[in-house]
Amino acid sequence: MPEPIGIFALQGDFEKHKIAVEKLGHDAVLVKNPETLNKCCKLIVPGGESTTFLKLLDKLKMREPLLDFSKDRAVMGTCAGLIILASNVLDYELQPLKLIDITVQRNAYGRQIDSFVDTVTLEIKNEKIDFQGVFIRAPKIIALGTGVCKLADYNGDVVMAAAKNILVATFHPELTNDLTIHDYFINKF
Amino acid sequence: MINKEFTLKIGLAEMLKGGVIMDVTNADQAKIAEDAGAVAVMALERIPADIRSDGGVARMSNPQMILEIQKKVSIPVMAKCRIGHFAEAQVLQAIGVDFVDESEVLTPADETNHIWKYDFKVPFVCGCRNLGEALRRISEGAAMIRTKGEAGSGNIVEAVRHMRMVQSDIRKIQTMGNDELTTFAKELGASLELVKYVKENGKLPVPNFAAGGIATPADASLMMQLGAETVFVGSGIFKSEDPEIRAKAIVMATTHYDDPDAVAKASEGLGEAMEGLEIKSIPENELMQNRGW
Repeated sequence: MPEPIGIFALQGDFEKHKIAVEKLGHDAVLVKNPETLNKCCKLIVPGGESTTFLKLLDKLKMREPLLDFSKDRAVMGTCAGLIILASNVLDYELQPLKLIDITVQRNAYGRQIDSFVDTVTLEIKNEKIDFQGVFIRAPKIIALGTGVCKLADYNGDVVMAAAKNILVATFHPELTNDLTIHDYFINKF
Repeated sequence: MINKEFTLKIGLAEMLKGGVIMDVTNADQAKIAEDAGAVAVMALERIPADIRSDGGVARMSNPQMILEIQKKVSIPVMAKCRIGHFAEAQVLQAIGVDFVDESEVLTPADETNHIWKYDFKVPFVCGCRNLGEALRRISEGAAMIRTKGEAGSGNIVEAVRHMRMVQSDIRKIQTMGNDELTTFAKELGASLELVKYVKENGKLPVPNFAAGGIATPADASLMMQLGAETVFVGSGIFKSEDPEIRAKAIVMATTHYDDPDAVAKASEGLGEAMEGLEIKSIPENELMQNRGW
């Protein structure tokens, strides 16, 4: 049996990611400890509250196992998940995992009242694909480091990016019925 | 009913799943809550236990206090308005509150009508005692439902009753034939469309959280195992002997709600929980859960 795709489930909208992965015909497991993590072939870090994630993952001693995991396996982070994976987060006392060389500003569009849905254009698989971007108290990628490529932008901001085995988006593909991004992550990373 | 605006409202509720939302009355408490791992804070002037003992009319909090909390923490900040008091809700939306709780903990402003929540861009959470009440609030535009429980009591019995009522009616609907749904919708006082949704999906169309009387890590675990997707802790934290330690413990027990060893570990060395109230000792007209319908 193929190894399942792990959904980091300390908190957040892990269930929506699980549904998306299962719709694509893959097994998904909720990951709350290192043992489950190590059974997975890939990992998705969902949306949620980044501060809660980081506090919990240190308390549960998940930092080292996550860093080990990412050495040879793919990780996708959406919204708060992106913040967790970033190398640098502005005005933040907590240490993210530094798995992808990007600088991130949290809640960059404002509060919930400023959350929005709009079309973003993905540039993946050598095509341009329209995708419904759900931005909820979303972060912004302020700067891309070396080796990081832009996969989508919105009004001049990079909203999806990748480097080697890490894929990040500032919006929530799991809150739409469109499986394009999950499929891309599972098959290309 | 799922348009873009509603996607955003439910979306924020999805982000809060598996977490703990804590009542706080000032910026320092909000910081303690955030540091303990809360996914959001509920800003209010008095926690429910004090509202209960002080008596008088309980209203929306002073916007100044909410603004100070917003400055201090980066997690979402929620606030309560009185049932039916849409002007209070407008004020809360204007100051950028992330979620409005149209709450029975405050003194109702309208004994007949709840707020028409579709008029707002800010999402709303509302309390319920049973499935009919939950579906009525969703019909009005609520993006999150929570049990009412009995706020400020430190007694979990009412939250359990309300969560069980909701879950049991959901299961009942799933066993019904389509020809039975109209009559059951009438009995529930809910729209047929939403009753059909529940039959097809086996759950509410919005996230379903627990509130009202949660005081210990085991209480949080109990509510999660009964089907809650997140817990609100009101008086339970800042009325306890050591709020900081208790807040962390309840977060841990919520994350690992289905792991008794983890809940046991989280329950060690917490100091005294808040003092609880026997529900029967509360006069009928002082029960907060009977506010709203």
